[in-house]
Amino acid sequence: MERQARPWIIWMAAVVAVLGLVAGPKAAFSAEPYKIGGVFSITGSSSFLGDPEKKSLEMAVGEINAQGGIDGRPVEAVIYDTEGDPTKAVLAVNKLISKDNVLAIIGPSLTPTTLAVMPIVERVQVPLISCAAGIQIVEPVKPYVFKTAQSDVLAVAAIYKHMQKHGIKKIGILTVTNAFGVSGRDQLVKQAPDYGIQIVKEEAYGAADTDMTAQLTKIKGENPDAVVCWGTNPGPAVVAKNMRQLGFGVPLYQSHGVASPKFVELAGEAAEGIRLPTGKILVADLLPDADPQKAVLKKYITDFNQRYGGGVSGFGGYAYDAMHMLAKAMKGTGGDKAKIRDNLEKIANHVGISGIFTMTPKDHNGLGADAFVMVEIRNGTWKLLD
Amino acid sequence: MSEFLQFVLTGITTGAIYGLIALGFNVLYNATDLINFAQGEFVMLGGLGFYTLGTVLGWPAAAAFAAAVGIVSLLGLLLERVALRPVKKPEPLTLIIITVGASIFLRGVAMRLWGKDPYSVAGLTASTEPVRIGGAALMPQSLWIVGIVVAFMTGLHLFGKRTLTGKAMEACAIHRNAAWILGIPSDRMVLLAFALSAGLGAVGGVIIAPITMCSYDMGTMLGLKGFCAAMLGGLGSHWGAALGGVLLGVLESLGVGYFSSGIKDAVAFLVLLGILIVRPAGLLGAAAVKRF
Repeated sequence: MERQARPWIIWMAAVVAVLGLVAGPKAAFSAEPYKIGGVFSITGSSSFLGDPEKKSLEMAVGEINAQGGIDGRPVEAVIYDTEGDPTKAVLAVNKLISKDNVLAIIGPSLTPTTLAVMPIVERVQVPLISCAAGIQIVEPVKPYVFKTAQSDVLAVAAIYKHMQKHGIKKIGILTVTNAFGVSGRDQLVKQAPDYGIQIVKEEAYGAADTDMTAQLTKIKGENPDAVVCWGTNPGPAVVAKNMRQLGFGVPLYQSHGVASPKFVELAGEAAEGIRLPTGKILVADLLPDADPQKAVLKKYITDFNQRYGGGVSGFGGYAYDAMHMLAKAMKGTGGDKAKIRDNLEKIANHVGISGIFTMTPKDHNGLGADAFVMVEIRNGTWKLLD
Repeated sequence: MSEFLQFVLTGITTGAIYGLIALGFNVLYNATDLINFAQGEFVMLGGLGFYTLGTVLGWPAAAAFAAAVGIVSLLGLLLERVALRPVKKPEPLTLIIITVGASIFLRGVAMRLWGKDPYSVAGLTASTEPVRIGGAALMPQSLWIVGIVVAFMTGLHLFGKRTLTGKAMEACAIHRNAAWILGIPSDRMVLLAFALSAGLGAVGGVIIAPITMCSYDMGTMLGLKGFCAAMLGGLGSHWGAALGGVLLGVLESLGVGYFSSGIKDAVAFLVLLGILIVRPAGLLGAAAVKRF
C-alpha cells in the first residue's frame, strides 16, 4: 500500500510547486494594475466605429502608463468584441464584471448595444462610459452611465445657430426613415421654435431610395429659405444631386452623419456649397491657434497615424476621451467604484477630441454646441464657417 | 401642373429600371419556369463591376459596360452549372430557394470585395445639366435609361418571336421533355436563358449606377421591386414587364408626391398583393395561363 501511495504524493507536490510558481511572482508585484474593460463593435457592420475605438483605447492606456500610471499603478485594458450585437454586448459586460473584475467599462460603440448593457452596470454599480451617440443613453441621467460622443441635439443646435445668424427662418426638412434620421427629425422639430425657425415642409425617404425628386419638388413648392437633410451615405448625396437637377438653389444643410471625404466623392459637383456640422477633428488644421482643442487634436492625429499607419477618424476619439477622463477620475480613489463615479461627475473643462467636457450630476455627456463647428464644402474640401 | 409632370417623369425613370429588372425575371421564367431571386444581385454586380472597370481601372465607358455585362452573364451561367444543375430532384420550390441562397452568397462576396461604402459612377454622357421638359427637370442619364430599356425590350421581343433560338427557348419552357424529343438542345437553352437574364440585370446595374450610386446591398430592394413589376405586368410577358415597371414607378412617385414619403415602398407591395388577389396572371399575362 505504501508503495502505491507514493506517486500520488509526488503529484501533489508537483501541483503545489506549480501553484507556487504561478502565485509567487504575482505576490512579488507591489503595484497591481487597475483593470478597466472595453467593449466595442470591433468586427461586423459597425467595425468602422469599434476598430478605431479599440485602437484609441489601447493608445490612451499606453500614454497613461508611460506617465507612470494612476497613483503609481499601471492600467490594464481588457477588451471584448460585441460585433454590434446587443446579446454579445451583454455577455461581454457580464464577463468583464464577474470574471475580470474591472473597475469601469468603456463602450459599447452603438446606441442599441449600450441600451442593452445599461441595466447591468446600474445594478452592479460599475461606471460605464459609452461611445455611442444616442441621447437616450444620458437622458434621463442614470448614475453610473456616461458618454463621450456628441449627440444629435448638439448637431441640430449648431445648424440652427448658424441659420439664425444668417436670417434663415423657413426650412424644409428631408430625413431618412431609420433610427438616425428619426432621432434627427425629432430634434429638428423640437428645437426649431427656440431659434425662431419654422419648418414649412417635412418629408422623409427610405435608406435605399434612389430618387428624392418627388419629395424635393414638394418642399420646393413651399419656398423655404433652406433645406436640411438628415441621413447617412448614400441618400444625402442623391438629395444633393436631385436638388441640382431641379434647379432648387436654396442652401442645403446636411447632418454630421456625412462629414467625411466619402460624401464629397459621392455627391461630386453637387456637394459644392453644402453646409454641415462636424466634430473638430475633420478640420483640425483649419482651426485657429487659439482653439484649445487644436493641440490635443493634432497630437492625437499624429500619434494615431504613426502607431497604426493612418485611418484616423473622429470615432476613435470617443474611446480616447473616455479613457483619459476615467484616468482623471480614478486618481486617489484606490479603485473604489462609487468614488470613481463621483469624480467622473465632477470632471470640468477636460479638453478632449470630441469637445471640451464639463460633467455635472444633470449632464453625463458634458459637451456644448461648441463641440461642433459648421463647415461648407468648397472646391471639394472643407471650409470653416463662422 | 409642372409638379405633376415632375412626379410622372421621375416615376417613369425609376419605372424603366424596374421594368428592365422585371425583364430579366421574365427571360428566365420563359425558358425555365423559374423565378431567380438572385436577379437583384446581378444588378448590383453589374453596377459595381462597371465601377471597378470604368472608374478604378479607367477603361473607356463602352468597354467597361460590355465587360461588366459579359462577366455577369458568365456568372449567371456558373450559377446554373454549379448550384442548380446538380440538384437531384429539380422541384421549382427547391430551385427557387437555391436562388435565394445564391443571392445571400453573392451579396456577402460583394461585401468582402467592395466593402460597405457606396460608390459613385460617372454617367454615360459627361453633361450633368438637367434637361427641362415643360417645367420638370430630368437628368440626361434618365433619358439613357429609358432609351436603353426600350431598345432591349424591342430586341428581346423580336428575339422571342422572330428567331428560331427564341422560339426554341419558349418551347423548352412549355415542355422541356417534348422540346428535347423534337431535337431542341434544352440544356443549352436553359444556359442561354441564365446568361441572358443575368446580363440584362447587369445592364440595369450599369445604367442606373450613375443615378443611384452602387453598393453591395443595392440589389435586394431592386430585385423585389423588379419582381413586383414582373408580377404586375404578367410573368412571361415582355411588354407586361415594361408596363408593370413604369406603372409601379409612377404609382410610387405619385404616392410620395401626393400622400406621404413613408408610403413609397408600401405602394409596391400593396400593388403586388392587389394584383395577386384580383388578377393573379398580371395585367398582360393572360396568355401565360392558357399555356398549360
